[in-house]
Amino acid sequence: QGKFTLLRDTRTDGSFLVHHFLSFYLRAGCKVCFVALLQSFSHYNIVAQKLGVSLAAAKERGQLVFLEGLKSCLDLVFGEEEQPGQPSPLQFLSGSTSDLRALFDFVRVSLTPADGDSWKGPVLLVDDLSVLLSLGAAPVAVLDFIHYCRVSVCCQLKGNVVVLVHSNEDSEDEENELVVNSLCHHSDLILWAEGLATGFCKDVHGQIKIIKRLSLRQAAEQDLVQIYQYKIQDRNVTFFARGLSAAVL
Amino acid sequence: LVFTEEDKYGLYSNLLFKYFLAEGVVCGHDLFVASAKEHPDNILKELPAPLLDDTYRKELGDEAAAVKSEDFQDSMKIAWRYQNLPKVEASPTTYTKFGHYYDVSKKMSPELCQSIKWHSFYLHEELSFEPKMKTCNMNSGYARLLQSIQRIISQEGFDGSDPQKKQRNVLRIGIQSLGSILWGDDVFCSDTPEDTHSLTKFLYVLRGLLRKSLSACIITVPAHLIQNKAIMERVTNLSDMVVGLESFIGSERETNPLYKDYHGLVHVHQIPRLNSLICDVSDTKDLAFRLKRKLFTIERLHLPPDLSDTVSRASKQDLAGSAKLLSSGCGAMAIGKKHLDF
Repeated sequence: QGKFTLLRDTRTDGSFLVHHFLSFYLRAGCKVCFVALLQSFSHYNIVAQKLGVSLAAAKERGQLVFLEGLKSCLDLVFGEEEQPGQPSPLQFLSGSTSDLRALFDFVRVSLTPADGDSWKGPVLLVDDLSVLLSLGAAPVAVLDFIHYCRVSVCCQLKGNVVVLVHSNEDSEDEENELVVNSLCHHSDLILWAEGLATGFCKDVHGQIKIIKRLSLRQAAEQDLVQIYQYKIQDRNVTFFARGLSAAVL
Repeated sequence: LVFTEEDKYGLYSNLLFKYFLAEGVVCGHDLFVASAKEHPDNILKELPAPLLDDTYRKELGDEAAAVKSEDFQDSMKIAWRYQNLPKVEASPTTYTKFGHYYDVSKKMSPELCQSIKWHSFYLHEELSFEPKMKTCNMNSGYARLLQSIQRIISQEGFDGSDPQKKQRNVLRIGIQSLGSILWGDDVFCSDTPEDTHSLTKFLYVLRGLLRKSLSACIITVPAHLIQNKAIMERVTNLSDMVVGLESFIGSERETNPLYKDYHGLVHVHQIPRLNSLICDVSDTKDLAFRLKRKLFTIERLHLPPDLSDTVSRASKQDLAGSAKLLSSGCGAMAIGKKHLDF
């Protein structure tokens, strides 16, 4: 409860973690606000069905609030003038404001419990944050947005926040590195999916580093780091200790 | 969204671009061609002619040893990915109608070109229109292109907005040399570009348009000009598939015996992972292309056999070095650079 989890990927695609957390929290009965910036609703829906959860049903019973970034963007760019009472969550795109306040308001409103809600803790899921930088948001604005979300969701509503970012070694994208490093310092848990350093392999798709940031909450503690390798399958991801993939044993 | 990094002189990426469009003509899809460099009418006049089954099979007999038909199926699968099209399962064993072959030495007949509906966008002819959409601080050339694409999609019903249209077709969009200075964007050629976000915003909106309609798009960019690598990282994130073409013309690799049969390399930087946890990863990452008189082929890179005992030390190391570069190439899964030993 009240935890901030950072999903990070380097040299590979960490979106399988997003799919996992989405179906995990929905199955646990939490109210989820999913800010999906990179893919369409049907993409997540199809994968979630393979994992045993129906997003459409969750949306209908009010458990899932889904912001489809691509669709919102099209509505903003090609749509008619917006109504004054309902600003688009992606308002920063039109250049009228430079901060992500509208997006935060959207999140806050979706996760504030309404009367008659019986869901367990609220969860904010973001896929992925690096896109906001590509769309013209300043790194400071992105960090402010996350900060506000953390205060609102983790502290006030006692919920969890899970955010995906991309990063690269020797990346020249300084803005992105700034955001990623800052988020790393403030996360309770970091799941870092990396491509293997030795190159592509059919049986081992990558390695995942799990960093439990115990030092964040208590001064004397050290962070706990665990490393596993993984292989992604159609409906599942298998994890195993390094060097012990099924192909080797 | 297929994103292609052009080779230095644009020869081969142009060819790939035309293949994409030609395939559209042969399959009866609608086309939308946009360019700031050549007039789309000219581009369409230069599409390669399709090879009919029987003529191709005869020619294939001559070269049967070098290229297995399996390789062809492989290359077609990697290069031609459709989005939102009802899935056509291409079984690897039987010969299917997924993809066609083209004869590069012949031009497509005008009747065939006329058989489909096509739309064009030539930047220099469109400068007079004021875009009706919110430009969001985007470069005006890009904004106009988006406006044009959106208009075609909704007018022609590619987004399913016209329920009466029973025959749903696919729109193939080809955009040539995006991001070059001809579009008014200096993001690729300048170290500190004026507007770093136009291109990425454009791609995001385009992605939205593609996702909500039956269309597929190929974009070529002059990536060899790029000074600012951060943009390439962002652009890769926003695309479904990223392919780079590296031609050997004018580079030291032209004379390297490793590459003597080929004209260039194909780097697959990213493969689409849509509607699934996994993506289709082929066994090999080392692809090279060559342009013969009639055919443009993409095949697995074969190392020539090291037959000679008297190969000097220097060239052997050179070969090993290049081979290291090859295997550490690419993939959506993992990219390794330093640790592979031979």
